[in-house]
Amino acid sequence: MEEEILVSGRMNQLIDPQLNIWHWQIPLYLFLGGMAAGILCIAALYFIRGRENDYRTAVRITPFLAPFLLVIGLLTLFIDLRHKLFFWQLYTNIRLQSPMSWGAWTLMVITPVSFIWCALHIRDIFPRWDWKFKWICDIETFFNKYKKALAWIMLIYGIILGIYTGILLSAFNARPLWNTSILGPLFLSSGLSAGAAATLILSKDKAERKQFARIDLVLIGIELFFIIHMFMGFLASTQVQIEAAKLFLGGPYTMSFWIFVVTMGMLIPALLEFMELGKFHIPAIVPAVLVIFGSLMLRFIIAYAGQISRWLY
Amino acid sequence: MRYAMAVDTRKCVGCSDCVVACQTENNVPHGFCREWVVETMNGTYPQLEIEIRSERCNHCINAPCVRCCPTGASHFADGGIVLVEHNKCIGCGACIASCPYDARYPHPEGYVDKCTFCIHRIKIGLAPACAAVCPTKCIYFGDLDDLNSDVSVVLKKRKSKTLIPEAGTKPQLYFLI
Amino acid sequence: MGIGVLAITKGTFGATKLLFSPDEAKKLKVDLKRTPTYCEVCFWKCAGWVYKTSEGKIWKIIGNDEDQHSNGRFCPRGTGGVGMYYDEDRLKTPLIRVEERGKQVFREVSWDEALNYVAAKMKDISSKHGAESMALFTHGSGSTYFTNLLKAFGSSNIAEPSYAQCRGPRDEAFLATFGEEVYSPETTDIRDTKCLVLIGSHIGENMHNGQIQEMSDAIDKGVTIITVDPRFSTAAGKSKYWLPIKPSTDIALLLAWIHEIIYNDYYDKNYVEKYCNGFDKLKEHVLDFTPEWAYGITTISPDKIRKTAKEMANASPAVLIHPGRHVTWYGDDTQRVRAIAILNALLGSWGRRGGFYRPASYVVPSAKTPKYPEPKKAWTDAFPGKYPIASSPVSNALIDASIPENKPAYLIKGWIVNATNLISSIPDQANTLKAIQNLDLLVAVDTMPMEITGWADVVLPECTYLERYDMLRISPHRKPAIALRMPAAEPKSNTRSGYNIARGLAVKLGLENYFPFEKQEELLDWQLKQSGSSLEEMQRIGVKTKEREADDLYFAENENVAFSTDSGKIELYSKYIEQAGFDPLPKYTVHEEPSEGYYRLIYGRTPQHTFGRTSNNPNLTDLMHENTAWVNPKVSKAWGLVTGQYIWLKNQDGVISNFKIKVRVTERIRWDSVYMVHGFGHGQKQMKRCFGKGASDTQLITKVLTDPLMGGTGMRSNFVTFVTEKSEKEVAS
Repeated sequence: MEEEILVSGRMNQLIDPQLNIWHWQIPLYLFLGGMAAGILCIAALYFIRGRENDYRTAVRITPFLAPFLLVIGLLTLFIDLRHKLFFWQLYTNIRLQSPMSWGAWTLMVITPVSFIWCALHIRDIFPRWDWKFKWICDIETFFNKYKKALAWIMLIYGIILGIYTGILLSAFNARPLWNTSILGPLFLSSGLSAGAAATLILSKDKAERKQFARIDLVLIGIELFFIIHMFMGFLASTQVQIEAAKLFLGGPYTMSFWIFVVTMGMLIPALLEFMELGKFHIPAIVPAVLVIFGSLMLRFIIAYAGQISRWLY
Repeated sequence: MRYAMAVDTRKCVGCSDCVVACQTENNVPHGFCREWVVETMNGTYPQLEIEIRSERCNHCINAPCVRCCPTGASHFADGGIVLVEHNKCIGCGACIASCPYDARYPHPEGYVDKCTFCIHRIKIGLAPACAAVCPTKCIYFGDLDDLNSDVSVVLKKRKSKTLIPEAGTKPQLYFLI
Repeated sequence: MGIGVLAITKGTFGATKLLFSPDEAKKLKVDLKRTPTYCEVCFWKCAGWVYKTSEGKIWKIIGNDEDQHSNGRFCPRGTGGVGMYYDEDRLKTPLIRVEERGKQVFREVSWDEALNYVAAKMKDISSKHGAESMALFTHGSGSTYFTNLLKAFGSSNIAEPSYAQCRGPRDEAFLATFGEEVYSPETTDIRDTKCLVLIGSHIGENMHNGQIQEMSDAIDKGVTIITVDPRFSTAAGKSKYWLPIKPSTDIALLLAWIHEIIYNDYYDKNYVEKYCNGFDKLKEHVLDFTPEWAYGITTISPDKIRKTAKEMANASPAVLIHPGRHVTWYGDDTQRVRAIAILNALLGSWGRRGGFYRPASYVVPSAKTPKYPEPKKAWTDAFPGKYPIASSPVSNALIDASIPENKPAYLIKGWIVNATNLISSIPDQANTLKAIQNLDLLVAVDTMPMEITGWADVVLPECTYLERYDMLRISPHRKPAIALRMPAAEPKSNTRSGYNIARGLAVKLGLENYFPFEKQEELLDWQLKQSGSSLEEMQRIGVKTKEREADDLYFAENENVAFSTDSGKIELYSKYIEQAGFDPLPKYTVHEEPSEGYYRLIYGRTPQHTFGRTSNNPNLTDLMHENTAWVNPKVSKAWGLVTGQYIWLKNQDGVISNFKIKVRVTERIRWDSVYMVHGFGHGQKQMKRCFGKGASDTQLITKVLTDPLMGGTGMRSNFVTFVTEKSEKEVAS
């Protein structure tokens, strides 16, 4: 037999017996960030393509969720910090090799942008809104003039944010389950599909709903493709990656992953949306909520499972 | 200058003195440690072999913790020693997650803490506390660029290995086998 | 690779600015006035320095480079000794029991009241039963003072469990063979040995600092280590030969080795001829003890026995068959260690480089005190004729003499127990408790609320070694040396040093003449000045080492050595033991084997703890807070046990461990045995960190094989089985 023991009885909290440094805060933050990114990307994309009026909800209404998601996300990130009074150090340093630094700065850009975007569309929600001060109106005019540029910034930073939620984890060589570059695109597509689902819930326009059901269907297909790809990559790799994949293929996270993420979060909503596109009448909220739930669970399960995935030595 | 440490697994008895010495020297709070001792056993009775290793931060040349730190709190000091500047650390835990050796831990005061190779001792010409206390003298410390340093000499004389070299971190904690 | 290089050259914005924070620097600033001490966490007594922070808080303890015991390197327990001082569960003030014995209800009292109470009770016992009815059980530095007190009181019933529960058989065997014991630290010349033979001795797990250091040096020099142990110990892991012996058969192996060495002419002929007595009788005695004979008993192959005998012969005289330390195993222990001593003599290692060196002592005068009154009865008078070769009082005999049913010639009615937790150091707990219930007085002196303090009538809290002066350490070593212990801090709470306590009692008993110095430092200064030093000098240097007077660390070529045996020679054949009525040459005796479903309980030590006395030390519980039961995979499979599972152990007499213990399934233990580290399973709630952690081996040692020669308690005679359900345990108890 083989035996490996810590004779010095090491029991560092949050490290032993296995890494347990990140709890609900980080996966929730990754989910909120990802969903906000999805919403903003979709809004920006349709605006740039001049389809603002076809997809009014997606461009003008759904983005109102984004600032809330981002602020709550930032808050959970802040709660997760253990040396909170020094959080400002994030913004006195630019660390090009640190995904966390990228993320902090990306949020620094996209959060105000999302606020501005909402401000530009505030009258879609409160038709009699008045900014009261002239200088604010001037600013509004300025941004309205450069709305296209703003949309481009929002699109680019949205994509960075969406990918970043995955890269944050995939940059950790030490945790083989996370250490796959598929995680970036997977989380981006998951965020986009959650964003699309948000519009699906909010939209009252049948055509728009149909379009977003279609988008969601495609995104779910892409996600499934990435997941299959991820496992193929793991299983064809070294022992540590094989062990990592086994966490989901017979290991402790098998049930939760395949039931919550894949079945409930992808297959069932895909089926429902497929039926919706056909003749069946399905309340749009059901698949949309399932997609959002699946997207949330994906972050949680990957974040937790990754912490028990380790190198063997 | 390139500081490194070599631990002789043939002499180490796993007494964990290094761990206590580090704890008192560096005021590491109870319930935490900057270093630890691993014992591995292989075989079937009575054909057995064990290996005992006193482990700590590997002060990697390609340190993932320094790379992923968003504030630069984790940094390289002279001689490649990986340090955490407490007042720059926000306690995000990224470095802890990034370390394949699990060598870092969150200090109860919030910042992340780890082995410093006892830089405060090295600077005044003392060996790190673990090396100075080890009853079996199995911990060698010194500058790899100095061919006459304890660690250079012993690494030249003996076969050695590092942990998880395939992680690409270029660890500077060697184990004599 | 590319990223890595980048990380160094570019990736560190503002790196290397601060090496440590100003706070940390402030924290690290030390009071340069370090104070000397020698360690009291174990009996090795390493000398070192106590460092304090700038606020005067005890910070760390570091070895003294001049010290031969530690060579500047403390072991984990010594380094963690600070935890003994900081332990918040320490005894804080004198206590007197207010309810019946066993119910732990005490009231806090002043020192004056406590000492008056004890003195009155002692006088009472003395007048009713005689002064010899007071006994002392003691361990460690405080022994000197309490021994002085008891002798002045008129009793010589002073026992150290370290004799009959530990090293006694070894001392007697070496005394009988060489006329000299091996002392503490042992005079083993491990650093220069070429072949080190360990029989059940687990150096590396027993943290005998100097020996571990020397073994490590020897490994560097390419020593051949031969380890005999049913368990794959750490030392076995460093050995060229591991002999996984069947437990209780060591004497057969030793006899076979002696056979091989004699009949192959491997022995040191000149040495044997010049120094030894009884070789021919020995040769005849071992004629039939061939490796083939031993194979059937020990399960060690004849080939391996021959090879290892040859290895020893090749290294001779730089070969060391280690005498061990805790040797009370099977009740024939004096005879087993005799075989070890004989083997050493045959290979000529006694008095030779790489074998046993000759120790030298620093001479320090004792204080002038009146002559002790002659005790009317000695410990041997309680049971005349028992344990004829015991040269020290036997703790278990004193306990037996406290129980009326045993019909001792006189009854012991009062105990002072100093720094030894008899509940976990003496096997057969029921017997000890029975004795305690028959006492008129039980005084416990300790730093921690050990189990024995719970049974005491009076608890006298001692301060730790970091808060007191003690006698000079004068252990013999390669060079004569003394070491000073002085306080690094004031005694915490209402605690006092052992010297103060013993002297305080002496004053109450009208025996202060025996403690002529009111303060210990006055005594030390007087002693030091008499021997060419001073307290002031020792406070500065901590350790004073002298050169040996003559170059006689080893025997000179053809030196005429007078051994302190009856014949003046090394007694291979012991007339002394023969006269006492026992085998003059060691014989193998068959011991009981475990029955179906039971496994021999083997216990041992861990480098991180000293017996049960450090179990609550915060620094050391960090390293190990409970023990585990080592179980061979074959056994665990049969029982369905898995690593990490908690179980209870039940012994052959139906005793179930009070507390559960974690299973460790490992190939490192034989299938016929279960191994656990001694010193856990404390049942004293006041020790919060260690209460109920792990199981106590002592509790499971109810069958004792007493060595008839010297009273040692053989404790490897117990068999355990597993209890997995708590309900079953509850039913059974």
